[in-house]
Amino acid sequence: MSKNDRVIERDEVVIRFSGDSGDGMQLTGTLFSNASALFGNTLSTFPDYPAEIRAPQGTVGGVSGFQVHVGHAEVNTPGDFADVLVAMNPAAIKANSKTLKKGATIIYDLDNFNTKNIEKAGYREDPIKEDGLDDVNIIAAPITTLVKEALKDYELDPKTILRTKNMFALGMVYWLFDRDLKYTEEYFETKFSKRPNIIEANKIILRAGYNYGETIEALTPTYRVGPAEIPKGTYRNINGNQATAWGLLAAAEKAGLELFIGSYPITPATGVLEELAARKDLGVKSFQAEDEIAGICTSIGASFAGSLAVTSTSGPGLALKSEAIGLAVMTELPIVIVNVQRGGPSTGLPTKTEQSDLMQALYGRNGESPVVIIAASTPSDCFRFAFESARIALEHMVPVILLTDGFLANGTEPWRIPSMSEMPAINPPIAKEADGEYLPYERDEKLLNRKWAIPGTPGLEHRIGGLEKTIRGTVSYIPENHEHMTLVRSEKVAGVVAKVPPLELYGDDEGELLLVGWGGTYGHLLTATREMREEGMNVSLAHFNYINPLPANTAEVLGRFRKVVVAELNSGQFVNYLRMNFGKTEFKQINKVQGLPFTIMEIKEKCKTILEA
Amino acid sequence: MQNDIGGLIMTDIPKYSPKDFKSDQEVRWCPGCGDHAVLSSVTKALAELDIPKEKFAFISGIGCSSRFPYYMNTYGFHGIHGRAAAIASGVKVANPDLSVWEVTGDGDALAIGGNHFIHVIRRNIDINILLFNNEIYGLTKGQYSPTSVKGSVTKTSPFGTVEEPFHPGELVIGAQGKFFARTIDSNVQLSTEIYKAAARHEGTSVVEILQNCVIFNDGIHAALNDREFRDDRTIMLKDGEPMIFGRNRDMGLMLQGLKLKVVTLGNGISEKDLLVHDAGENTPGLHSLLVNMRYPAYPVALGVIRSVNAPTYDMALIGQIKKIQQTSGIKCMDDLLMSGSTWEV
Repeated sequence: MSKNDRVIERDEVVIRFSGDSGDGMQLTGTLFSNASALFGNTLSTFPDYPAEIRAPQGTVGGVSGFQVHVGHAEVNTPGDFADVLVAMNPAAIKANSKTLKKGATIIYDLDNFNTKNIEKAGYREDPIKEDGLDDVNIIAAPITTLVKEALKDYELDPKTILRTKNMFALGMVYWLFDRDLKYTEEYFETKFSKRPNIIEANKIILRAGYNYGETIEALTPTYRVGPAEIPKGTYRNINGNQATAWGLLAAAEKAGLELFIGSYPITPATGVLEELAARKDLGVKSFQAEDEIAGICTSIGASFAGSLAVTSTSGPGLALKSEAIGLAVMTELPIVIVNVQRGGPSTGLPTKTEQSDLMQALYGRNGESPVVIIAASTPSDCFRFAFESARIALEHMVPVILLTDGFLANGTEPWRIPSMSEMPAINPPIAKEADGEYLPYERDEKLLNRKWAIPGTPGLEHRIGGLEKTIRGTVSYIPENHEHMTLVRSEKVAGVVAKVPPLELYGDDEGELLLVGWGGTYGHLLTATREMREEGMNVSLAHFNYINPLPANTAEVLGRFRKVVVAELNSGQFVNYLRMNFGKTEFKQINKVQGLPFTIMEIKEKCKTILEA
Repeated sequence: MQNDIGGLIMTDIPKYSPKDFKSDQEVRWCPGCGDHAVLSSVTKALAELDIPKEKFAFISGIGCSSRFPYYMNTYGFHGIHGRAAAIASGVKVANPDLSVWEVTGDGDALAIGGNHFIHVIRRNIDINILLFNNEIYGLTKGQYSPTSVKGSVTKTSPFGTVEEPFHPGELVIGAQGKFFARTIDSNVQLSTEIYKAAARHEGTSVVEILQNCVIFNDGIHAALNDREFRDDRTIMLKDGEPMIFGRNRDMGLMLQGLKLKVVTLGNGISEKDLLVHDAGENTPGLHSLLVNMRYPAYPVALGVIRSVNAPTYDMALIGQIKKIQQTSGIKCMDDLLMSGSTWEV
């Protein structure tokens, strides 16, 4: 039987690399993704790893996974179910056996399937049989033995040899998908440029894996996923944290300001701080503070001093920053607070995704303390929404909370690189020496923002702070003044609606069912809506990126559908916010609070039930 | 003309008087509060510094002393409780051209803001911290603070405190502080000189101001302020000079083993046997002993006790940025966007 007879043509394929958290699965997945992107596929990736750096070996709790969805049509999610599973140990099968497609292919390291590991994973003797995986294709390769054999003549220590096992598995996957090894070999050369023997060892093992695939070809089918038709341009892979950091950098450049980030490491937001800390070449002042509070307070100080100031965090950190966000509200200084949401409350599920900080972002402060809230919806559009967050903060003199989540932060997708000339200008209302007497809380009639007088400018000396003030910056306990200032702060935030694009629909403009989402669930909701429409269901999608203020046409859009269902990864925060604002609409809910993204199947099933009710 | 921050050449700096630094706001501290005198000394020092008025930024936290920025006709920011050090750090790092002053109290800096206090000192960010120490919470009307002496009877310790207090100087040295000075609120001349020295010092300068709360802790520093006895109970440390004190200038300090010893001159002990103050000594051992001298066992040290030159965070960060900008191929955002692994479609 020749290879061609067994090639399965597919529009899309989902591959999951899974093993112990020390097995290098994140790297393996990333390398496969990059090779596929260069081949011309559309793709979306999602890493799924435990909070422990090295959880107990061989246990289900220690399994680290990396899922990649490649296609030659549009791909918007990392996929629900896997076509191919690379399992470095029995625990990896345990962790993934419920999310495999019928007829999936499992590649596993036979050498790791000994009694000890099988029992550690909670099986008796045969993982495949015990999980009822009778319709899968199995490629059981003695990877450990083969790797040792292939490198036996190289003077490498046993640890280094075993560390190449993931590259053997990757080689097999490259054979399965007929991918070029060139890009990965180039990666070895750059990564290990000072250690030629490591480059050589990895190349040998990668090829050995590929060749092993060819040798056993008769036993298993291979896949072909052709290149996709995508808009012309220069592309790169980008994850949400990197895109967020770059969006902030782009905004600083457009505004002609220095970028200051005061922040404290916290999963899954640390990538934003790391990315900006590396950008000294673009003049970034990054300040790793002693705690979350100092993170935002240094940023508030930098904002007072005239920088584009940002801080990055995740849920518990946002809680610690609450009081200081109120200070930024009161002093009406521009600041961007990036909150990469994770499972909560408390420490919760640090490495898992959730959309449960919405109410905290909206209301989690003392007093009436409105801020602008924006939510990004894909890894790459974190760039655009980080830029927009900064633009709004600077032009309206207001704190902006940008909500992303663990799924967006770590997920990657190809991104058509924009040119800075495509980005809009940013014009902060900086007070000038020649403007005459400076009153700190004098406002623009339209935007209601105050002017930003930068310390160092002669003649504009002034005092601001957390106490309620009059227009002149004098502390005031006058009841009417406090009420007036409270309302003005609220109206100023509401006025940002002028910058909020109208809500657009995917699907028909009116009809039976409107599926509503916000933030990081976009890819899943879009795919589910597309599939339901292809199946003839009358469903449209409205996805929100602007949470406060909401798009001006929201009520009108909601009114055009017979049923409205809000899907979100919490127990109903956005739906309750909508209920508060649009009491006429009867909202239904789809909720999931498992630390995991939606699956397309579960959204479709719930929409069907609602439609049929 | 050289100014006192960052060595920038400035021209046409107007001649200021202290009142140029006073704002039009009504000062609302209690009559007799030590803060009034601090305000006078600070405005006096600023007028003598040759720094343009618009370059000053006063940042505070919460507490009586933290109202200070409102009374200054400079850039000012009244922050939230405990966070002045963090806000001031952000101001200075973002704009190192500014002369940044943090105004804080014993509760603000050493209780709720203790973390920021030690870390700004560790980083050696070039700000001047005025630490008003009245050993009590004044704004909340009389609760004990982290500097209240053990046994203090206050509204929240009706039977006396059972905890040991912090000594600010000890904490500063423990956090690798490079500048520590101590003054008394009512001593305008000494205070003015110390504030000027703090401003000129590059790095975090901490000035502990022994300040009287006339309402809730009146007379807490009276022993050191008493006109008749204060020269016997305090020692004015001057760089390069022997450690002599006493109204008759007949007492001094010597080192005995690892401890300080108060000696009386005469009977074979002369001035040359006394310790000579060296504020610039990097090794903190002797400074540590000096900041910890407490009345009545010892005279309380006033003046600049420690002033050591060391690289500042703000300048180190700028130096790093400049160095990397020289070597990196990424000069603007478009360069960054196109850097690394990209492909054409």
